[in-house]
Amino acid sequence: MAEARLETYLSDARRYDELLDNEGKVRPHWRPLIDALARDGADAVRRGVDLARRLIIENGVTYNVYADSQGRDRPWVLDPLPILITAAEWREIEAGVAQRARLFDALLEDIYGAQRLLADGSVPPQLPFGHPNFLWPCHGLKPVGGNWLHVYAVDISRSADGQWWALADRTQTPSGPGYALENRHIVSRVFPELLNDAGVRSLGAFFLALRDNLLSTAPEEETPLAVILTPGAFNETYFEHAYLARQLGLPLVEGHDLTVRGDTLFLKTLGGLRRVHAILRRLDDDFCDPVELRADSALGVPGLIGVVRAGRVVMANALGSGVLESAAWMGFMPAAAERLLGEKLQLPSVATWWCGEPPALHYVLENIDRLVIKPAYPNQNFQVVFGRDLAAAERDQLVKRLNARPHAYVAQERLAFSQAPVWRSTGGGGGGAQVHGFSARALGMRIYAIATPSGYRVMPGGLARIAADTADVVSMQRGGGSKDVWVLAPDRRSVDEANVAGASRRVAARHDDLPSSLAENLFWLGRYSERCEDKARLLRATLSVRANALLWPQALETCEHFGLPAFDDSNSLGLKADLQRLAWCAAQTRSQLSAENWRAISVLQREFQEAAHFKREPREILDTLLLSLAGLAGFAMDDMTQDDGWRLMMIGRRLERLQFLAELLHHRLQLGATPSQSELEWLLDIGDSTITYRTRYLASPRLSETIDLLAFDQSNPRALAFQWHEIEHYLVRVAASLGGAPDGTLDEAVANVEEMQLTAIDGDSGRAERARQSLAQSLNELGLAAGRLSDQLSLKHFSLIDVSIRSVVAA
Amino acid sequence: MRYRVRHETVYHYGGNVAHSHQLLHLSPRDSERQHCRRRTLTLQPQPSSLREDLDAFGNLATRLEYDLPHDRLEVLAELDVEVGPEEASDSAAQPWEEVRDALTYSGRPMATQYLDACRFRMESSYAKLKQVFTDYGADCFAAGSPLLLGAEALMHKVHREFTYAPGSTDIRTSAVEAFEARRGVCQDFAHVMIACLRSRGLAARYVSGYLRTTAPAADAVAVGADASHAWVSVFCPPLGWIDLDPTNDRRVGTDHIVIAWGRDFGDVSPLRGVIIGGGQHRLSVRVSVQAE
Repeated sequence: MAEARLETYLSDARRYDELLDNEGKVRPHWRPLIDALARDGADAVRRGVDLARRLIIENGVTYNVYADSQGRDRPWVLDPLPILITAAEWREIEAGVAQRARLFDALLEDIYGAQRLLADGSVPPQLPFGHPNFLWPCHGLKPVGGNWLHVYAVDISRSADGQWWALADRTQTPSGPGYALENRHIVSRVFPELLNDAGVRSLGAFFLALRDNLLSTAPEEETPLAVILTPGAFNETYFEHAYLARQLGLPLVEGHDLTVRGDTLFLKTLGGLRRVHAILRRLDDDFCDPVELRADSALGVPGLIGVVRAGRVVMANALGSGVLESAAWMGFMPAAAERLLGEKLQLPSVATWWCGEPPALHYVLENIDRLVIKPAYPNQNFQVVFGRDLAAAERDQLVKRLNARPHAYVAQERLAFSQAPVWRSTGGGGGGAQVHGFSARALGMRIYAIATPSGYRVMPGGLARIAADTADVVSMQRGGGSKDVWVLAPDRRSVDEANVAGASRRVAARHDDLPSSLAENLFWLGRYSERCEDKARLLRATLSVRANALLWPQALETCEHFGLPAFDDSNSLGLKADLQRLAWCAAQTRSQLSAENWRAISVLQREFQEAAHFKREPREILDTLLLSLAGLAGFAMDDMTQDDGWRLMMIGRRLERLQFLAELLHHRLQLGATPSQSELEWLLDIGDSTITYRTRYLASPRLSETIDLLAFDQSNPRALAFQWHEIEHYLVRVAASLGGAPDGTLDEAVANVEEMQLTAIDGDSGRAERARQSLAQSLNELGLAAGRLSDQLSLKHFSLIDVSIRSVVAA
Repeated sequence: MRYRVRHETVYHYGGNVAHSHQLLHLSPRDSERQHCRRRTLTLQPQPSSLREDLDAFGNLATRLEYDLPHDRLEVLAELDVEVGPEEASDSAAQPWEEVRDALTYSGRPMATQYLDACRFRMESSYAKLKQVFTDYGADCFAAGSPLLLGAEALMHKVHREFTYAPGSTDIRTSAVEAFEARRGVCQDFAHVMIACLRSRGLAARYVSGYLRTTAPAADAVAVGADASHAWVSVFCPPLGWIDLDPTNDRRVGTDHIVIAWGRDFGDVSPLRGVIIGGGQHRLSVRVSVQAE
C-alpha cells in the first residue's frame, strides 16, 4: 500500500533522494516509517496533515505578524512527514556544524581584535570593512565569558553524491530554533507512535543548555537574569520571540524596557530596576545602541556598548557578529580553518567566488550561466539571480555591474538540492476524485549550535525547509514549507539525553522580574477587555428597547455619552477602535498568554471583522462578541500565572467595570426624575443582573432594590461593591509583593457611597429627588476616583517607562 | 603656530531631561606636527559618570552619563595646541592606479599602513560608493597621473562647482544628497570628495577639527572658521596621508587643528547623544580659534 502511494513520488536522476536509493528502493532507515504509514492507511495520513494544519492555526504559529498589509498573520507551513537522518550521518553533520561554529567564533575574535587574517592575506579586508554589520565601536571589545558566538545556524543541503554542503551561515540572531521546537511539538501530537517507535532524539536538553549558558556568567551572589530582546510585535518572527521567552522562562523585552546606569544594564521591572546579566537578542547589530551605533534607532538601549565594554553583560550574539553573514566569506573558510584552528574544514561550503579577486571575477564572467549571483553585503539593493535565467540585456547589465564594483558580488555554484517526500492532496474539488500521495520537493535544513562551557553543542534536529514547487528555492519568504528533522538515536538510551553539566543552577525568572511595560500592557489588556464588554452590553440592552418609544431616545443618548455613535453604516458599532486596542495589548503581552488565550483573542477579532464585513444583524454580532469576551474573562481567571502582572490586569478589569457602572448610574440618576420600570430593566440588563434580580425579588424592579443589587451587593460579581473589594484585595497583594502601602485613592469615595441611604431614593417627593441626586454625586466621585487610581498605578508601577527618547547631534 | 581654541556647546531643553548619554570628540590628536599643551573640559551640570578612552580610530572619546533631571547642558572645551609646519612634499606620489591596486586584495600579506588605509576605502553611511562619484572624478585622474595631483584636481573641482551655503544642508545630509544639490558646508564638501576618492578604489578619511579665525593678512578670511571644521585626508604612499580642505581649496597647513578622524562625520561627531525626556531643545555652538 505504501509502495502504491509512492507511485506519485518521482525520482530525479540529478538529485540525491532522501527516501529512495539508486535502485528506487526505500532506504532502510525510512522503512519503519513508510511501513507504519502504510499500515495506518491514507486516511490516517490525511487526518494527520489536517491536524497539523489545525494545530498551527490554533497555536497561533505565524511567520509574519502584522507585516502583511491585510493585517493578517501568515500561518506557518508544516508538512508533518519528517526528514530522517541516521545516527552515523548525523555524527558527521554534528561535527561539521560544531566546527564551523568554533571557526566563526575564532574569526570574530580575530576581526574584532588583532586582524591577523587580514594582515596575512587569508581574508580580504574588504569583507569586514565593507560590511554594514562591522561595527567599529566594537573593535577591541572582549566578550565576557569568551564567546562571540552563542547561537549559530547554518543552512545545509546535499548534492547528488550525498555530500552535505553549507549554503549560508547565520551568526547574528539566527531565527528558527523556536519554530523547530514547535514543529516537533506539533508532529509529536500528529504522529505520537511513529515518533516514539523511531527512537528520535529529543530537543529539550538543547534549550535548557542555551538558557543555562546565558546565565552561567552571573556572579554567585546575584540572582541571574537573562532577557530576550525583541524589536517588537511587528517583527516577522515575533511569534518565535514570544515562544522562546515562554519556553526558556525568560522575560521578553524591548529596548525601552532596559536602561544603562553607569556600567550596569538594568531591566525596569514592577519591583524596580533589576540587573540584567545576559541578552539573547533578536535585534539587529546596528540597532542596539543609538549612542554609538545607528542614531536613528529607537529600538535599542542607549549606552549598551558601554556595558559590553565594561564586561558586564553577555551578548548572545556579540554586537557586530552579523559581519560574517555574507556568502563572500565562504571561499576563505578553508584557509581560515587552517590558520585559526589548525584543522581542515569538515563541512565544506558550496563552491563560491568572491568577485573582488580579479581571477575570480574572470571565472565568474566566463561561467555566469552556471552560477547564482548574490550580493556580498546585505545592504545592497540587489536580488539573488540565476545566471541562466537572464535575458541577454539583463545579462549585459549584470556584467556591467560586476565590472564596476566587483567586490560587491559573489557567485556560487548551483546545487541540485536533494529531494524528500511531502504529502500532497490534489483534486477533490468540483466533483473530481481526491488524489493523495507522496510528492518530491527540494530540501534544505537549518541546523543550530550553541556555545556551552564544554564547546559548541548542536541541536539534534533542525528546521527542514522545502520548496513551494519543484524549484530549488527553499525559503519561508517565498512560500515554501517546513518539516521536522528526526535524528535517529543510535540506541534507545540515547533518545533522551542526560541533562547538561551544571544544569539549571537557579530558577531563571522570578515574579518581580516582570518588565514594567509588560505589566502596563497587561493592565490595559484588562481595561480594554472589560471596556469592550461594557460597551457591547450597553449596545445590546439598548437594541432590545428599540420598540419602547419613551426609553429609546434616552438609551441612545446614553450610548452617545459613552462614545457609541449608535449604529452607523460601517456596522463597526463604535467598538472597532477598542477591539483594536485590545488586540494591540494582547500582542504586546503575548509571552504571558497561553496559545488558547491568544487564539481566542484572534478569533474574536476575526469574527468581528467578518460580521461587520457581511453586514450581519447587530444583535447577532453583539451576542457572538459577548460570548467571546466572556471566554477571555475565563482565560483571565483560569489560564494565567497569578503574578503581579496578572493582578494588575485584574485590577484593570475591575477598575474599568467600576468606572463604567458608576458613570452609567450617575448619568441616569442625576436627571432627578424617577426612572421608569422599563428603564430599570434596561439598567439591570446592562449590568447583566436581570436574572439575579428576578430570583431575589420575584417582583418587577424598584429603584432602591435595583441600585442595591447593582451597587452594594457584594455577592453580585457585576456590582460596584464587588469591584471595589476585589480591587482592594489585589492592591493589598501587589503592595505585599512589591513593598509599600496599598493604594488608598478609592477609599474616601467608596466610604461616601457606602453611607448612602437607599430607602430614601424611591418615590416622587422632592426629598427622594434630592436623595437621588446626592447618590448620583457620590457615584460620580467614585468614577472620578477610579480614574485617579488608574493614574496612580501608572505613576507608581509604570513610571520607569520612558516617554520619549531622542538622539541629538552637534557639530 | 600656537592656538587657543574655545568650543562651547549649549543645549537648552524644553523640559527636564531625565537621563542622558553623550559621546564627545572634542580632544585633539597628538601627532608629529601637532601637540596639545593643555586641554580642559568644563561641564555644567556635572555628569554622574565620565569616561575617556581611545576609540577604534585612535581618537580620544569622552563618554558622559547624566542620571539626574536637568534642563540645560553646557560643554566647554578649551585647548592650547601647537601646530608645526607641514613637511614639504612634492607631487611625486605614486600613480593613482598603483595605489588602487595595492589596496586591492591579492591573497598576499599586506603592510600595516596599507591595511590601515583599507579601513577608509569602503563605503560608510554618509559616503556611499556610486558610479556617479567615479564618473565625477574621472577628468581629475588621468591615466598614470600621480595620486596627489589627481586628489588636488578633485579638490579644485569640488570647490569650483559646489556652492558653500550654510543652512542648505544639515548634519544628516549624505554625500549623495549634497552631490545632487551641488551645495553644502564643509562636512558636505568633505563627504563628496571622500565618496569620489573611495568610489575609484582609493582611501580617504574624514577629518574633524578647527581652522584659525583670522587668516594671515594676504588671504581672505577662511570659510568655516566660526564653527568646527572638516576636511579630507588622502592616502598617498609613499608620502602617507595628505590633508586637503575642499571648502577652502587648499592643502592643510598650520591653520588647521586636527581633533579626530574616521570614515565620515558619524564616527567623529563632536557631540552625539541620546536624551530621555526634555521636549524640544535649542542648541547653540560657538567656536573661536585664536593664534598666539
